[in-house]
Amino acid sequence: MTRDDEQNGRDVALQGGAQPDTGTRGRERRFALPRDGALVQRLRDGDEAAFADLIRAYHGRLVRLALSFVDDHATAEEVVQETWLGVLNGLATFEGRSALKTWIFRILVNKAKTRSVREARMVAFSDLGDADSEGEPAVDPARFTADGRWADPPRRWADDTPEALLLRREVREHLEQAVQSLPPRQRVVLVLRDIEAMSAAEVCGILEIAETNQRVLLHRARSVLHRAMDSYVSKE
Amino acid sequence: MLTCKELTELVTDYLEGRMNFGDRVRFRLHIGMCAHCREFLRERKLAIQTVGALPLEPIPEEVRQELMEKFRDWKRG
Repeated sequence: MTRDDEQNGRDVALQGGAQPDTGTRGRERRFALPRDGALVQRLRDGDEAAFADLIRAYHGRLVRLALSFVDDHATAEEVVQETWLGVLNGLATFEGRSALKTWIFRILVNKAKTRSVREARMVAFSDLGDADSEGEPAVDPARFTADGRWADPPRRWADDTPEALLLRREVREHLEQAVQSLPPRQRVVLVLRDIEAMSAAEVCGILEIAETNQRVLLHRARSVLHRAMDSYVSKE
Repeated sequence: MLTCKELTELVTDYLEGRMNFGDRVRFRLHIGMCAHCREFLRERKLAIQTVGALPLEPIPEEVRQELMEKFRDWKRG
């Protein structure tokens, strides 16, 4: 990944056809990401307003990403604080070969990994092992007939748009909880891909995992969340 | 012929554009004929979008102030 523009980066994931139309627009409106080039220069110049923009846009994202490595909020905040220091210290050498967002996330992932080595209670992300060991079928096998057809087919959900589904607080909480209870590696991949809308190539680069491995983790994670949603919002 | 059960395991490869031509044709053919799998695919996309639309917590004011102070320290070198 050598492109500066995040939107271009995202297109890498879309090669060859179907669009993973994952919408993040609603949130981006509130925490819009500033444009990279000018921002970096302003930060280097010590522009406080630029830094204020940066932390408003990224802090929450970083805490959420950190929470995919560590289990408690306090530790996640510490990792994010370390990340911000790493960002400030690295600004002088940031070359813009990757998007600023990718660069910042990579710093966080490295800080989190360092901690996981230092403190055994944290997720040992280096322990990448075999992606299949975390596997469950995408859909409960009991919902299919012996010859693989739907016996208990999908029912319509109560609402048809993410916005409508998320209006109900208990749906939001149920989904947040489902994300948080994913196995760590699935959780990290899901957060980066489906919440932060990064491309497969960027995620593989940051986590140093193979594309097929990334895809298996993503499939498992999406399946878990799909099931969680389904059990909660499908009509009786 | 792709079964419904198999389709539910291939859905990510499909959405990621990581299918060879033959598999893609079989997948689309199945979706074209099977209303249940069409609904499954629709809800899968909706689930992905919904996760992507989860709201973010704003930065707490005391954290913001602390970070701004760090920025000023950094600026002073």
